[in-house]
Amino acid sequence: MIAFIIRRLLATIPVMLVVAIFVFLMLRLTPSDPAAIIAGDNATAEQVADIRNKLGLNEPIVTQFFIWGSKILRGDLGESFFFKKTVAELISDRIEPTLSLSLFTILLAVMVAVPLGVLAAKRHGSIVDRMVMGFSVMGFSVPVFVIGYSLIYVFASELRWFPTTGYRRIHDGAGPWAYYLVLPTLTLSVVYIALIARMTRTSMLEVLSEDYVRTARAKGQIERKVLFRHALRNAAVPIVTVIGLGIALLIGGVVVTESVYSIPGLGRLTVEAVLARDFPVIQAVILMFSFVYVLINLLVDLVYSLLDPRIRY
Amino acid sequence: MAAPVLEVTNLTVAIAGGGDRANAIENVSLTVMPGEIVCVVGESGSGKSVTSQAVMALLPKGQLRISGGSIKLEGDELTTKSQPAMRAVRGKRAAMVFQEPMTALNPVERCGDQIAEVLEIHTDLDAKARRARVLDVMRSVHLPDPEQMAEAYPHQLSGGQRQRVMIAMALVLDPALLIADEPTTALDVTTQAQILKLIREMQVRRNTGVLFITHDFGVVSEIADRVVVMQRGRIVEQGTKAEILAAPREAYTQMLIAAVPSLVPPVRVPITSQVTLETIKLNKTYGGRSFFKPSGRVVKAATDVSFQIRRGETLGIVGESGSGKSTVARCIARLVDPTSGRIDLDDVDIARMSERKLRPYRRRVQIVFQDPYRSLNPRRSVGQSIIEGPMNFGLPHGEAIERARNLMGLVGLSPDALDRFPHQFSGGQRQRIAIARALAMEPVLLIGDEPVSALDVSVQAQVLQLLDSVRKKFDLAVLFITHDLRVAAQICDRIAVMQRGVVVETGPTANVFANPQHDYTRALFSAAPGQGFGHRIGAGKIDLVPAV
Repeated sequence: MIAFIIRRLLATIPVMLVVAIFVFLMLRLTPSDPAAIIAGDNATAEQVADIRNKLGLNEPIVTQFFIWGSKILRGDLGESFFFKKTVAELISDRIEPTLSLSLFTILLAVMVAVPLGVLAAKRHGSIVDRMVMGFSVMGFSVPVFVIGYSLIYVFASELRWFPTTGYRRIHDGAGPWAYYLVLPTLTLSVVYIALIARMTRTSMLEVLSEDYVRTARAKGQIERKVLFRHALRNAAVPIVTVIGLGIALLIGGVVVTESVYSIPGLGRLTVEAVLARDFPVIQAVILMFSFVYVLINLLVDLVYSLLDPRIRY
Repeated sequence: MAAPVLEVTNLTVAIAGGGDRANAIENVSLTVMPGEIVCVVGESGSGKSVTSQAVMALLPKGQLRISGGSIKLEGDELTTKSQPAMRAVRGKRAAMVFQEPMTALNPVERCGDQIAEVLEIHTDLDAKARRARVLDVMRSVHLPDPEQMAEAYPHQLSGGQRQRVMIAMALVLDPALLIADEPTTALDVTTQAQILKLIREMQVRRNTGVLFITHDFGVVSEIADRVVVMQRGRIVEQGTKAEILAAPREAYTQMLIAAVPSLVPPVRVPITSQVTLETIKLNKTYGGRSFFKPSGRVVKAATDVSFQIRRGETLGIVGESGSGKSTVARCIARLVDPTSGRIDLDDVDIARMSERKLRPYRRRVQIVFQDPYRSLNPRRSVGQSIIEGPMNFGLPHGEAIERARNLMGLVGLSPDALDRFPHQFSGGQRQRIAIARALAMEPVLLIGDEPVSALDVSVQAQVLQLLDSVRKKFDLAVLFITHDLRVAAQICDRIAVMQRGVVVETGPTANVFANPQHDYTRALFSAAPGQGFGHRIGAGKIDLVPAV
């Protein structure tokens, strides 16, 4: 097992290298000269040349890559053109809201979707099943910002139960922090509830017709334990796969949700950086999300082997 | 006389929404006394499993329900009990063992925990006491090293061991009634013999009443005290084993018993025609090391397999699961690539031929698979399935259809049925279609990979007759893979016995059966259930006179 984890971590190196090369080339292949962007519109040709020298842009491209790469490895992600801060500072400022929102979303989605899916499978064909499926289709088809603005309208503007927008740091108290995250979490989790509930239902339906479920009933086991002890664990592998994919895809939803609720997170940072063509920030964000994605994949594989003893690495 | 453990009276189970019939079983009455084994025999659809599910109140909800009659367990009426009340019965007073020990155990839970679950549900024992009981019952079903077995997951056990775990689970609370639903059907003969012995032993020691469901008269003759014969939801006849097996009164019972192939092979003239297929030192190994699997072990599925099949000859490969018989068949059809060795088809070695060069030879080797429910594409009409092969090899559509119509007639089906879909046919009819599909390619070698194992005995005999008649008609070389010695005895000219990838013995069928040379062959034959059963009844010779 430990050997597997080490092998898998080693295998991330080539993956990350490919991502790094891509990210690096992205900057070099754009038609605009980074030095000119940094120098600004009013710079003279000398100033630009000076910056080019300082950034090492006159070196051969391979040398540039190694200089850039060794900086990244030392944790130096460069300096933002636009925010006039180091990228590392920017990201550490912005990471807390995004992490909080993502964590709440996944937790809520799993806690709601899995029981819903189990229930729908158990009462296959019933009104409950059809309601869950109907909700799921709706969850897929309604865009995140529509859900967001609708929730703001009902629960913030009309009922005034929750703040319309904004974010409170956990540092300033867990109560306000959670309170401000309620609506964004609800907004973002709808699509994941839809996705995970659907997968849970399908996977459970398959497992419920298995012989060992019949065996469990023949032992005199109560229905709840038949469902959760015997069926769900056997149905879990595809569900975990979808949850893993969901986490990886969160970034898209985070961008929209953070914009709707004016949350100063990584999603909004990404949008701002793209609009400002702030390449160091874009590079750092892409690198970071790729790394997270690779780690989540590893984590999902490990969870597989915990869930199913037949999966051994 | 003691009171019966189980008393079923006029039990009727209705099918919701109907089907081809209104009731799954009708007016079924039977009793099981303490310490008695009652075998319920019947073909698929006879209602034998429905009867057992009704007793356990495990009928699929919304599809089947008890509409009349009574089920009494030790005098206690079950049909009126609520589900919670039934849960207290299941596992404690009446327990069940199922057919597939692989799928009947939860694959993600340790075996010991699955046995302990019964104690968790029905007793107040603490964890330590449960553990002791579990080890105790595991020892009593002769599981080696119970401490270790209790920690194992089902996939780490052999089929026989898994079935022992199932039996331990069923018997841990000493139920009055044990229902065994085809408990040995999925097992190899040698394992089957051991499990039957175990059930007998446990039942005698604990005086359990056993309702034993089977389709196999060999098993019946080994284990039954009394026999109940069912057909299409009704009981045809019942009586003691001696009465039913030696002197069945009903025509249906007589037919069922007569359809069981005899273990005594008929006399066959040795075939000396030209050799169609010859394998020379054929090897197939699976697995090996790789970056992600440094511990990958190598499995030798077939080792130095050499044999010949002549035109018009049937060679049987018999062996238990994992013996490599299917691997050999798949190598010859080049569905898997052999690791080394030669496969000479009419003196051309196809073992290492590239996919492109192999193509013209593909049509000359055709396979009929075991499960006719899964080997035909459910979304294509049988006509489309039959003509697809010949058209791939350039036969015009019209001629292909004509050939398909002829073949349908040949296999005993109406040519007009070509437009129908596989689900509209019975298992036996589907196997006929699979044979027609194979013949449409005009092969020189026909491989049957357990082609009758999924069929009822009465249907099995007809399909065997068909296979034999097409062999004669087209002068085909036939490679017949089977685990069933009775079938092998009747249809094969020569047989090869395989064990762990190696052919341990080969020779004319009559010689091998009369005078087996290898220890394994002898063990295999002595484990076959219902020894001498064929002689006593005097039936079981499949009439292989050409039907065409």
